[in-house]
Amino acid sequence: MLLVDFIRDAVGLTGTHVGCDTTQCGACTVHLDGRAIKSCTLLAVQANGSKVTTIEGMADGDTLHPVQQAFSECHGLQCGYCTPGMVMAVSDLLRRNPRPTDDEIVDGLGGNICRCTGYINIVRSVKRAAELMAAS
Amino acid sequence: MYEFEYVRPKSVADAASVLAANSDARLMSGGMTLLPTMKQRLAQASHLVHVGMLGELQQIAREGDTLVIGSAATHDAVATSTVVRTAIPALAKLAGGIGDPQVRYLGTLGGSIANNDPAADYPAAILGLGATVVTDRREIAADTWFQGLFTTALDEGEIVVRVHFPVPKRAGYSKIKHPATGYAMSGVLVVDTGAGIRVAATGGGNGVFRWAEAETALTKSMSASTLDGLTLDLAHFSEDIHATREYRAQLCRVMAARAVDQLLG
Repeated sequence: MLLVDFIRDAVGLTGTHVGCDTTQCGACTVHLDGRAIKSCTLLAVQANGSKVTTIEGMADGDTLHPVQQAFSECHGLQCGYCTPGMVMAVSDLLRRNPRPTDDEIVDGLGGNICRCTGYINIVRSVKRAAELMAAS
Repeated sequence: MYEFEYVRPKSVADAASVLAANSDARLMSGGMTLLPTMKQRLAQASHLVHVGMLGELQQIAREGDTLVIGSAATHDAVATSTVVRTAIPALAKLAGGIGDPQVRYLGTLGGSIANNDPAADYPAAILGLGATVVTDRREIAADTWFQGLFTTALDEGEIVVRVHFPVPKRAGYSKIKHPATGYAMSGVLVVDTGAGIRVAATGGGNGVFRWAEAETALTKSMSASTLDGLTLDLAHFSEDIHATREYRAQLCRVMAARAVDQLLG
């Protein structure tokens, strides 16, 4: 069983999406011990003993995670299907690189596909998230 | 996926014994190629022997003039390693350009070179740097490692343990990514070993190769313009809906020139 199927079907957390199921689109991105990985390309058993964080684990109660807050403020989504994976990938990107340049953002999101936005507002959201996280 | 048994071995020797006892067992390192292939039912295994997390395969260390990298070192570990960045910056850059961040956290050196995808980056590193692949049985020189598409000198049940990269005087790597897959349409590593020039090209379609004419020319004069008009055998390149043979050869020329510029800093 793949990790994404375990998360969605066994645990019932459906915020993690399946887009392509071929390791391309990044909609299924979750954190494995704090690092963003594609849960469609990892066996659930491989995660045994590790900590898995999904999109459901990002907000603190009613308070959105700064990356979620930034996507909301900057309209970093349209249909929203890719957004959970984007949020997970962006939070890992900002952990590694708290003040990324535009090029570093584009490169850092190379594993996440959005078919709506054209990425302009996603890049804005990443920069806004960096500001929010620096301020907190 | 077809059904299989997942095995988490305690050591390389343990993994080898599972492979020896089960002819349809497969080794998995990061799984970034094998799992997608199994999901499409293009591959199957009785046992999936997962060596990716074995501590003995994670090593990254410089030993004199040699950079030693364990087969399960991830692309991310290689790309961000201070040891690699200091010893062979072009190798860190190559690893940091593979796939995407999520894939780089899991994909490994050993998995990549054992798979020998004709569009993968690491084959250019092995061949260009003249590395030695160390398995649980023997040492295999770069020039005999690659034996055609998806084929290497590895025997049944043999396991890649680490790779020894001779630290070169200087090197440069340049690639152009396929816009959909991120694989190399063309990737060229130019290396000044101190004793000679090696030029390895991947992404042509028919497997990694050394561009002998470029090596000769760059030995006489290390500059990008030296490559203008040089012979480049079209047999190294394949043709598909993405590019003609000639177009791929042209990409290879341009990547080689850019790699020379990077080598020169």
